[in-house]
Amino acid sequence: MLKSNRSTILLSLALIVLAICSLFVGVIDLTPRDLLSGDLHQLEVFVVSRLPRLLAILCTGVGMSVAGLIMQQLCSNKFVSPTTGATISSAQFGILLALLFFPTSTLWSRALFAFGAAILGTWVFVWFIQRIQFKDAVMVPLVGIMFGNVIGGLTSYLAYQHDMTQALSTWLVGHFSLVLKGRYEIVWLAVPLVILAFVFANHFNIVGLGRDFSKNLGVPYNLVLFAGLTISAMITASIVVVVGSISYIGLIVPNVVAMFKGDKIRGALVDTALFGALFVLVCDMIGRVVIFPYELPIELIVGILGSLIFIGLLFYRLKNGRKAVRLGKNPGTSCCSPLPDLKGGEMS
Amino acid sequence: MHIQSLTKQYGDKTVVDGVSFSIPKGKVISLIGPNGAGKSTVMGMISRLIAHDSGLVEFEGKAMHKWKSRELSKRLAILTQQNNIQMKLTVRELVCFGRFPYSGNRLTPEDHEIVDRALDYMELHDFADRFIDELSGGQRQRALIAMVIAQDTDYVLLDEPTNNLDIYHATNMMKIVRRLCDELGKTVILVLHEINYAAFYSDYICAFKDGKIAKFGTAEEVMTKENLSEIYQVDFEILNIKGKPLSIYY
Repeated sequence: MLKSNRSTILLSLALIVLAICSLFVGVIDLTPRDLLSGDLHQLEVFVVSRLPRLLAILCTGVGMSVAGLIMQQLCSNKFVSPTTGATISSAQFGILLALLFFPTSTLWSRALFAFGAAILGTWVFVWFIQRIQFKDAVMVPLVGIMFGNVIGGLTSYLAYQHDMTQALSTWLVGHFSLVLKGRYEIVWLAVPLVILAFVFANHFNIVGLGRDFSKNLGVPYNLVLFAGLTISAMITASIVVVVGSISYIGLIVPNVVAMFKGDKIRGALVDTALFGALFVLVCDMIGRVVIFPYELPIELIVGILGSLIFIGLLFYRLKNGRKAVRLGKNPGTSCCSPLPDLKGGEMS
Repeated sequence: MHIQSLTKQYGDKTVVDGVSFSIPKGKVISLIGPNGAGKSTVMGMISRLIAHDSGLVEFEGKAMHKWKSRELSKRLAILTQQNNIQMKLTVRELVCFGRFPYSGNRLTPEDHEIVDRALDYMELHDFADRFIDELSGGQRQRALIAMVIAQDTDYVLLDEPTNNLDIYHATNMMKIVRRLCDELGKTVILVLHEINYAAFYSDYICAFKDGKIAKFGTAEEVMTKENLSEIYQVDFEILNIKGKPLSIYY
């Protein structure tokens, strides 16, 4: 039992240590000693900026990776994620609509627009790929990326027409530098949604195994599919509204964790969430330190690190097929998949 | 289970045309016939995976579409060929899904006992913690059957269970089917392409042609030179081996 939880414990420890470190990285010098001695100015910086930023980072990491995990499972395709499934671009489109029609809109009304658009966009995408039934697993994310770009193009066009490009840019490139107390709390929505995802984890797994498979077990396929996508889209939208678009996390984190933990959502969800949070936190800290006292948007760091990991992932698949990484076991003992299967073959 | 004048159309093509028959309980029934004869569609309709256009499927005294899906999944299990098992689930995790209709997300100790028994029954205990996508075709098929056993239903429907298996694994699969019926008292309905397996291992055979039932009866009744030649449009000879009618076609 302890052994199977080892990765969870390690990830939690690393996350706690780094989270505490991150609280004391920033332009204004903050030390634990001053904070404890009751320096009011320092306390204010801590409560208004540092703590919200950390919480936003954690919610983003957890939310995006879990949203990706759910989408990958439901579509039974390892390359689907909020980025490659048009969810993020739809959310951005929603925000633009809110800015256009209600220029004085609050964060909450923008969030509502983003929710609606993200849910709709994701549904349309999945409805589409279900209709077409691609033989090749790689076609699905390609279609998603194209669909996302069409929406993105529409967004840019509208923004340009109405002189909104400047205003919109905040939501196009994800960064945490504008996260302050009072204007980021929407990301907390990710937490109850992730818990909801955990409750229905087995449903998502069963739906991922196919329509006939779910019907056989008495699981309503369409209902669970679209409910799951809605959860994913809402998590994504709540993050996009506050932080902006952060790609790759929903794609890479679930894939890396699945290599070690398998595809059973109940077993992998906690680790996915922890690893996602850790990944975003590390990227954000790098972004804050590299050109100190200025900072780089996290989207940039995630993009660079993410691409590298993703290429590594592809090479790993190329070399080892779909075999799982086994911690502390002789890899030679499990060798039943005869040929490396690059295509993955998730779409049957 | 009674089936009355079941019909299914795709576009203006009638795939299943007024099929009626009753499925005797506690027996192995094979559905055979050439490609496109409608046997898989009939299987889909009697297992609620495909909606029928007209006709009636009556299951345990109640029309199929009036059953709650969850209740039905405690009484009837279906395995189709299109099971997506590329997922990285362990054999045990897959078999545990068989208990889902009963306990949902919370498996009881009793459920785990049933899962263990199913794994034992399929001789999968050594593989229980292996990922399904690392297994061979035969082992994978056995894992799915173990899930169906854990689902603990009176009726088991299998759509071409021997597909893509070599002679050794296919024959073993048919022996398992026989054991499901003889030892566990299940009613097993199969779609089969290999008619000799149907003849040797099933009690009743239902032969389809052009969306209609060409012949329904015991293996001996259906497996005659005349019947088979008419259904498949090929020349047949029937041999009697171990008291079972086996066919040679050429």
